Amino acid sequence: MRGEEFREGLVTSVPIALGYLAVSFAFGIHATATGLSPIMSTIISLTSLSSSGQFAGVGIMAAAGSYVELALAVLTINLRYILMSLSLTQKLAPMPLWHKLIIGYAVTDEIYAAAIGRDKDVTRDYYVGLMLLPVLGWTMGTLLGASLGALLPQDVVNALGIALYCMFIALVVPPARKDRSILRAVLLTAALSLALAYLPGVRALSAGWRVILLALAVPAGLAWRDTRAGGTAV
Amino acid sequence: MNNTYLWTAVAVMFVFTYLPRVLPLLLVGKRIKSPFLLAFFRYVPYVVLTSLTIPAIFYSTRTVWGAAAGFVTALWLAARNKPMIQVALAGALAVLVTESLLQLI
Repeated sequence: MRGEEFREGLVTSVPIALGYLAVSFAFGIHATATGLSPIMSTIISLTSLSSSGQFAGVGIMAAAGSYVELALAVLTINLRYILMSLSLTQKLAPMPLWHKLIIGYAVTDEIYAAAIGRDKDVTRDYYVGLMLLPVLGWTMGTLLGASLGALLPQDVVNALGIALYCMFIALVVPPARKDRSILRAVLLTAALSLALAYLPGVRALSAGWRVILLALAVPAGLAWRDTRAGGTAV
Repeated sequence: MNNTYLWTAVAVMFVFTYLPRVLPLLLVGKRIKSPFLLAFFRYVPYVVLTSLTIPAIFYSTRTVWGAAAGFVTALWLAARNKPMIQVALAGALAVLVTESLLQLI
Protein backbone atom coordinates (compact mmCIF):
# COMPACT_ATOMS: atom_id res chain seq x y z
CA MET A 1 0.00 0.00 0.00
CA ARG A 2 1.55 3.27 -1.10
CA GLY A 3 0.57 5.81 1.55
CA GLU A 4 0.90 8.85 -0.63
CA GLU A 5 -1.58 7.63 -3.25
CA PHE A 6 -3.98 6.49 -0.55
CA ARG A 7 -3.77 9.82 1.27
CA GLU A 8 -4.35 11.80 -1.93
CA GLY A 9 -7.52 9.81 -2.56
CA LEU A 10 -8.66 10.30 1.01
CA VAL A 11 -8.20 14.09 0.87
CA THR A 12 -9.99 14.36 -2.49
CA SER A 13 -12.92 12.36 -1.14
CA VAL A 14 -13.74 14.53 1.90
CA PRO A 15 -16.21 16.83 0.11
CA ILE A 16 -17.83 13.79 -1.56
CA ALA A 17 -18.23 12.06 1.82
CA LEU A 18 -19.84 15.15 3.32
CA GLY A 19 -22.18 15.53 0.37
CA TYR A 20 -23.12 11.86 0.68
CA LEU A 21 -23.86 12.33 4.36
CA ALA A 22 -26.49 14.95 3.51
CA VAL A 23 -28.01 13.10 0.56
CA SER A 24 -28.13 9.69 2.25
CA PHE A 25 -29.72 11.34 5.27
CA ALA A 26 -32.55 12.26 2.90
CA PHE A 27 -32.56 8.69 1.56
CA GLY A 28 -32.79 7.29 5.10
CA ILE A 29 -35.84 9.44 5.81
CA HIS A 30 -37.41 8.44 2.51
CA ALA A 31 -36.75 4.72 2.99
CA THR A 32 -38.22 4.53 6.49
CA ALA A 33 -41.23 6.52 5.29
CA THR A 34 -41.94 3.69 2.84
CA GLY A 35 -41.90 1.19 5.73
CA LEU A 36 -38.33 -0.10 5.74
CA SER A 37 -36.49 -0.44 9.05
CA PRO A 38 -33.44 1.79 9.70
CA ILE A 39 -31.16 -1.28 9.60
CA MET A 40 -32.60 -2.49 6.28
CA SER A 41 -32.29 1.02 4.80
CA THR A 42 -28.66 1.13 5.89
CA ILE A 43 -27.95 -2.30 4.39
CA ILE A 44 -29.43 -1.12 1.09
CA SER A 45 -27.10 1.88 1.12
CA LEU A 46 -24.06 -0.24 1.99
CA THR A 47 -24.72 -2.82 -0.73
CA SER A 48 -26.03 -0.62 -3.54
CA LEU A 49 -24.07 2.62 -2.97
CA SER A 50 -26.16 4.27 -5.66
CA SER A 51 -28.41 7.23 -5.06
CA SER A 52 -30.88 7.18 -7.94
CA GLY A 53 -30.97 3.37 -8.12
CA GLN A 54 -31.81 3.10 -4.44
CA PHE A 55 -34.51 5.74 -4.50
CA ALA A 56 -36.18 3.92 -7.38
CA GLY A 57 -35.61 0.53 -5.73
CA VAL A 58 -37.27 1.32 -2.41
CA GLY A 59 -40.20 2.81 -4.30
CA ILE A 60 -40.73 -0.51 -6.05
CA MET A 61 -40.19 -2.47 -2.82
CA ALA A 62 -42.79 -0.32 -1.08
CA ALA A 63 -45.26 -1.22 -3.83
CA ALA A 64 -44.21 -4.89 -3.43
CA GLY A 65 -43.12 -4.90 -7.09
CA SER A 66 -41.84 -8.08 -8.70
CA TYR A 67 -38.13 -8.97 -8.72
CA VAL A 68 -38.11 -8.60 -12.50
CA GLU A 69 -39.49 -5.08 -12.32
CA LEU A 70 -36.98 -4.22 -9.61
CA ALA A 71 -34.09 -5.68 -11.59
CA LEU A 72 -35.07 -3.90 -14.82
CA ALA A 73 -35.61 -0.53 -13.16
CA VAL A 74 -32.35 -0.66 -11.22
CA LEU A 75 -30.41 -1.92 -14.24
CA THR A 76 -31.79 0.78 -16.53
CA ILE A 77 -30.90 3.53 -14.09
CA ASN A 78 -27.48 1.98 -13.57
CA LEU A 79 -26.57 1.34 -17.22
CA ARG A 80 -24.62 4.58 -17.14
CA TYR A 81 -22.13 2.84 -14.85
CA ILE A 82 -21.11 0.67 -17.80
CA LEU A 83 -20.04 3.79 -19.64
CA MET A 84 -18.32 5.20 -16.57
CA SER A 85 -16.44 1.97 -15.83
CA LEU A 86 -15.48 1.67 -19.50
CA SER A 87 -13.96 5.11 -19.41
CA LEU A 88 -12.32 4.33 -16.06
CA THR A 89 -10.48 1.37 -17.61
CA GLN A 90 -8.59 3.93 -19.67
CA LYS A 91 -7.07 5.55 -16.60
CA LEU A 92 -6.66 2.50 -14.40
CA ALA A 93 -3.12 1.39 -13.55
CA PRO A 94 -2.57 -2.37 -14.11
CA MET A 95 -3.86 -4.38 -11.15
CA PRO A 96 -4.97 -7.92 -10.26
CA LEU A 97 -8.55 -9.03 -10.76
CA TRP A 98 -9.62 -8.97 -7.15
CA HIS A 99 -8.60 -5.32 -6.81
CA LYS A 100 -10.92 -4.56 -9.70
CA LEU A 101 -13.69 -6.42 -7.89
CA ILE A 102 -13.27 -3.98 -4.98
CA ILE A 103 -12.97 -0.84 -7.09
CA GLY A 104 -16.02 -1.86 -9.13
CA TYR A 105 -18.14 -1.72 -6.00
CA ALA A 106 -17.53 2.01 -5.69
CA VAL A 107 -17.97 3.36 -9.22
CA THR A 108 -20.46 6.08 -8.28
CA ASP A 109 -21.16 9.29 -10.19
CA GLU A 110 -19.12 11.37 -7.78
CA ILE A 111 -16.22 9.01 -7.01
CA TYR A 112 -15.87 8.26 -10.71
CA ALA A 113 -15.89 11.97 -11.58
CA ALA A 114 -13.13 12.62 -9.04
CA ALA A 115 -11.02 9.70 -10.31
CA ILE A 116 -11.42 10.60 -13.97
CA GLY A 117 -10.56 14.24 -13.26
CA ARG A 118 -7.20 13.22 -11.81
CA ASP A 119 -4.15 14.23 -13.87
CA LYS A 120 -2.36 10.92 -13.17
CA ASP A 121 -3.21 7.24 -13.61
CA VAL A 122 -5.71 5.87 -11.10
CA THR A 123 -4.00 3.30 -8.86
CA ARG A 124 -5.65 0.84 -6.50
CA ASP A 125 -4.45 2.76 -3.43
CA TYR A 126 -5.73 6.06 -4.77
CA TYR A 127 -9.15 4.57 -5.50
CA VAL A 128 -9.39 2.81 -2.14
CA GLY A 129 -8.52 6.12 -0.43
CA LEU A 130 -11.15 7.79 -2.58
CA MET A 131 -13.94 5.33 -1.71
CA LEU A 132 -13.59 4.73 2.06
CA LEU A 133 -14.98 7.99 3.45
CA PRO A 134 -17.81 8.28 0.89
CA VAL A 135 -18.93 4.70 1.66
CA LEU A 136 -18.82 5.53 5.37
CA GLY A 137 -20.66 8.84 4.84
CA TRP A 138 -23.31 7.23 2.61
CA THR A 139 -23.97 4.41 5.10
CA MET A 140 -23.86 6.50 8.28
CA GLY A 141 -25.98 9.24 6.73
CA THR A 142 -28.64 6.67 5.87
CA LEU A 143 -28.62 5.27 9.40
CA LEU A 144 -28.89 8.78 10.88
CA GLY A 145 -31.66 9.87 8.54
CA ALA A 146 -33.56 6.62 9.06
CA SER A 147 -33.31 6.83 12.86
CA LEU A 148 -33.65 10.58 13.41
CA GLY A 149 -35.56 11.71 10.33
CA ALA A 150 -38.93 11.41 12.01
CA LEU A 151 -37.85 14.09 14.48
CA LEU A 152 -37.34 16.66 11.73
CA PRO A 153 -40.12 19.00 10.57
CA GLN A 154 -41.70 17.89 7.28
CA ASP A 155 -40.61 21.14 5.57
CA VAL A 156 -36.96 20.33 6.23
CA VAL A 157 -37.39 16.79 4.95
CA ASN A 158 -38.98 18.11 1.73
CA ALA A 159 -36.18 20.62 1.20
CA LEU A 160 -33.50 17.91 1.58
CA GLY A 161 -34.94 16.20 -1.51
CA ILE A 162 -32.95 18.62 -3.64
CA ALA A 163 -29.58 17.83 -2.02
CA LEU A 164 -28.70 15.02 -4.45
CA TYR A 165 -29.21 17.24 -7.49
CA CYS A 166 -27.26 20.11 -5.93
CA MET A 167 -24.38 17.67 -5.53
CA PHE A 168 -24.57 16.87 -9.25
CA ILE A 169 -24.52 20.60 -10.03
CA ALA A 170 -21.44 21.03 -7.85
CA LEU A 171 -19.73 18.34 -9.95
CA VAL A 172 -20.68 19.69 -13.36
CA VAL A 173 -20.48 23.48 -13.18
CA PRO A 174 -16.78 24.03 -12.30
CA PRO A 175 -15.39 21.95 -15.22
CA ALA A 176 -18.02 23.42 -17.56
CA ARG A 177 -16.80 26.90 -16.71
CA LYS A 178 -13.21 25.95 -17.42
CA ASP A 179 -13.78 24.02 -20.65
CA ARG A 180 -16.02 25.27 -23.46
CA SER A 181 -16.51 21.80 -24.96
CA ILE A 182 -17.88 20.52 -21.63
CA LEU A 183 -20.11 23.58 -21.32
CA ARG A 184 -21.44 22.86 -24.81
CA ALA A 185 -22.13 19.24 -23.86
CA VAL A 186 -23.95 20.28 -20.67
CA LEU A 187 -26.16 22.89 -22.37
CA LEU A 188 -26.99 20.56 -25.25
CA THR A 189 -27.87 17.75 -22.82
CA ALA A 190 -30.05 20.03 -20.70
CA ALA A 191 -31.98 21.19 -23.77
CA LEU A 192 -32.44 17.68 -25.14
CA SER A 193 -33.39 16.28 -21.74
CA LEU A 194 -36.11 18.93 -21.39
CA ALA A 195 -37.33 18.19 -24.91
CA LEU A 196 -37.47 14.45 -24.26
CA ALA A 197 -39.25 14.98 -20.95
CA TYR A 198 -42.01 17.24 -22.26
CA LEU A 199 -42.51 16.83 -26.00
CA PRO A 200 -45.52 14.72 -26.91
CA GLY A 201 -44.70 11.24 -28.14
CA VAL A 202 -41.31 10.96 -26.47
CA ARG A 203 -42.35 11.94 -22.97
CA ALA A 204 -43.60 8.42 -22.29
CA LEU A 205 -39.93 7.44 -22.10
CA SER A 206 -38.97 6.73 -18.48
CA ALA A 207 -36.29 8.88 -16.85
CA GLY A 208 -33.90 5.92 -16.81
CA TRP A 209 -34.14 5.35 -20.57
CA ARG A 210 -33.86 9.07 -21.21
CA VAL A 211 -30.53 9.14 -19.38
CA ILE A 212 -29.22 6.15 -21.32
CA LEU A 213 -30.30 7.57 -24.66
CA LEU A 214 -28.65 10.93 -23.98
CA ALA A 215 -25.52 9.33 -22.48
CA LEU A 216 -24.99 7.53 -25.78
CA ALA A 217 -26.19 10.10 -28.32
CA VAL A 218 -24.71 13.34 -27.00
CA PRO A 219 -21.14 12.12 -26.40
CA ALA A 220 -21.24 10.29 -29.75
CA GLY A 221 -22.38 13.40 -31.60
CA LEU A 222 -19.87 15.68 -29.94
CA ALA A 223 -17.00 13.20 -30.24
CA TRP A 224 -17.78 12.82 -33.96
CA ARG A 225 -17.70 16.62 -34.31
CA ASP A 226 -14.40 16.86 -32.37
CA THR A 227 -12.58 14.18 -34.36
CA ARG A 228 -14.10 14.72 -37.81
CA ALA A 229 -11.58 17.43 -38.72
CA GLY A 230 -8.79 15.06 -37.74
CA GLY A 231 -7.65 17.50 -35.09
CA THR A 232 -7.30 16.69 -31.40
CA ALA A 233 -10.39 16.86 -29.23
CA VAL A 234 -10.50 20.09 -27.29
CA MET B 1 -43.09 -6.76 3.22
CA ASN B 2 -41.82 -10.05 4.60
CA ASN B 3 -38.18 -10.79 5.29
CA THR B 4 -37.61 -13.13 2.35
CA TYR B 5 -38.93 -10.51 -0.05
CA LEU B 6 -36.83 -7.76 1.53
CA TRP B 7 -33.56 -9.67 1.51
CA THR B 8 -34.10 -10.95 -2.02
CA ALA B 9 -34.96 -7.44 -3.19
CA VAL B 10 -31.81 -6.05 -1.59
CA ALA B 11 -29.77 -8.79 -3.30
CA VAL B 12 -31.41 -8.04 -6.67
CA MET B 13 -30.59 -4.34 -6.28
CA PHE B 14 -27.01 -5.15 -5.35
CA VAL B 15 -26.45 -7.49 -8.31
CA PHE B 16 -27.92 -5.13 -10.89
CA THR B 17 -25.92 -2.23 -9.51
CA TYR B 18 -22.62 -4.08 -9.12
CA LEU B 19 -22.55 -5.89 -12.48
CA PRO B 20 -22.67 -2.80 -14.75
CA ARG B 21 -19.91 -1.29 -12.64
CA VAL B 22 -17.55 -4.21 -12.40
CA LEU B 23 -17.93 -6.08 -15.72
CA PRO B 24 -16.30 -3.39 -17.88
CA LEU B 25 -13.36 -3.25 -15.46
CA LEU B 26 -12.91 -7.01 -15.78
CA LEU B 27 -13.48 -7.32 -19.52
CA VAL B 28 -11.66 -4.31 -20.95
CA GLY B 29 -7.93 -4.47 -20.35
CA LYS B 30 -6.49 -2.56 -23.27
CA ARG B 31 -6.00 1.12 -23.68
CA ILE B 32 -8.42 2.53 -26.22
CA LYS B 33 -6.53 4.37 -28.97
CA SER B 34 -9.45 5.68 -31.01
CA PRO B 35 -9.67 9.49 -30.67
CA PHE B 36 -13.41 9.18 -31.20
CA LEU B 37 -13.88 6.83 -28.23
CA LEU B 38 -11.58 8.90 -26.03
CA ALA B 39 -13.59 12.04 -26.79
CA PHE B 40 -16.81 10.05 -26.30
CA PHE B 41 -15.85 8.88 -22.82
CA ARG B 42 -14.70 12.35 -21.80
CA TYR B 43 -18.23 13.66 -22.30
CA VAL B 44 -20.10 10.79 -20.63
CA PRO B 45 -19.99 11.89 -16.96
CA TYR B 46 -21.16 15.44 -17.69
CA VAL B 47 -23.95 14.29 -19.95
CA VAL B 48 -25.13 11.70 -17.41
CA LEU B 49 -25.11 14.09 -14.46
CA THR B 50 -26.88 16.80 -16.45
CA SER B 51 -29.59 14.47 -17.71
CA LEU B 52 -30.10 13.07 -14.20
CA THR B 53 -30.54 16.61 -12.87
CA ILE B 54 -32.72 18.20 -15.56
CA PRO B 55 -35.66 18.19 -15.28
CA ALA B 56 -35.80 15.91 -12.18
CA ILE B 57 -34.49 18.61 -9.83
CA PHE B 58 -37.66 20.66 -10.35
CA TYR B 59 -39.77 17.81 -8.94
CA SER B 60 -37.47 16.99 -6.04
CA THR B 61 -39.21 19.21 -3.49
CA ARG B 62 -42.79 20.20 -2.68
CA THR B 63 -43.11 23.09 -5.12
CA VAL B 64 -41.45 23.94 -8.43
CA TRP B 65 -40.75 27.46 -7.13
CA GLY B 66 -38.83 26.16 -4.13
CA ALA B 67 -36.88 23.82 -6.36
CA ALA B 68 -36.12 26.65 -8.80
CA ALA B 69 -34.72 28.74 -5.94
CA GLY B 70 -32.56 25.81 -4.84
CA PHE B 71 -31.41 25.24 -8.44
CA VAL B 72 -30.32 28.85 -8.93
CA THR B 73 -28.59 28.92 -5.55
CA ALA B 74 -26.70 25.71 -6.34
CA LEU B 75 -25.67 27.00 -9.79
CA TRP B 76 -24.39 30.22 -8.29
CA LEU B 77 -22.35 28.55 -5.55
CA ALA B 78 -21.02 25.83 -7.85
CA ALA B 79 -19.87 28.49 -10.32
CA ARG B 80 -17.83 29.94 -7.46
CA ASN B 81 -16.23 26.50 -6.88
CA LYS B 82 -17.81 26.01 -3.45
CA PRO B 83 -17.49 22.51 -1.94
CA MET B 84 -20.21 19.95 -2.63
CA ILE B 85 -21.62 19.91 0.90
CA GLN B 86 -22.01 23.70 0.88
CA VAL B 87 -23.77 23.66 -2.48
CA ALA B 88 -26.08 20.86 -1.30
CA LEU B 89 -27.04 22.41 2.02
CA ALA B 90 -27.40 25.95 0.65
CA GLY B 91 -29.63 24.57 -2.11
CA ALA B 92 -31.83 22.82 0.46
CA LEU B 93 -31.89 25.97 2.62
CA ALA B 94 -33.02 28.07 -0.36
CA VAL B 95 -35.85 25.58 -0.93
CA LEU B 96 -36.87 25.72 2.73
CA VAL B 97 -36.88 29.54 2.84
CA THR B 98 -38.74 29.91 -0.46
CA GLU B 99 -41.40 27.34 0.40
CA SER B 100 -41.90 28.83 3.86
CA LEU B 101 -42.38 32.28 2.30
CA LEU B 102 -44.82 30.86 -0.23
CA GLN B 103 -46.90 29.42 2.59
CA LEU B 104 -47.18 32.87 4.19
CA ILE B 105 -48.66 34.41 1.05
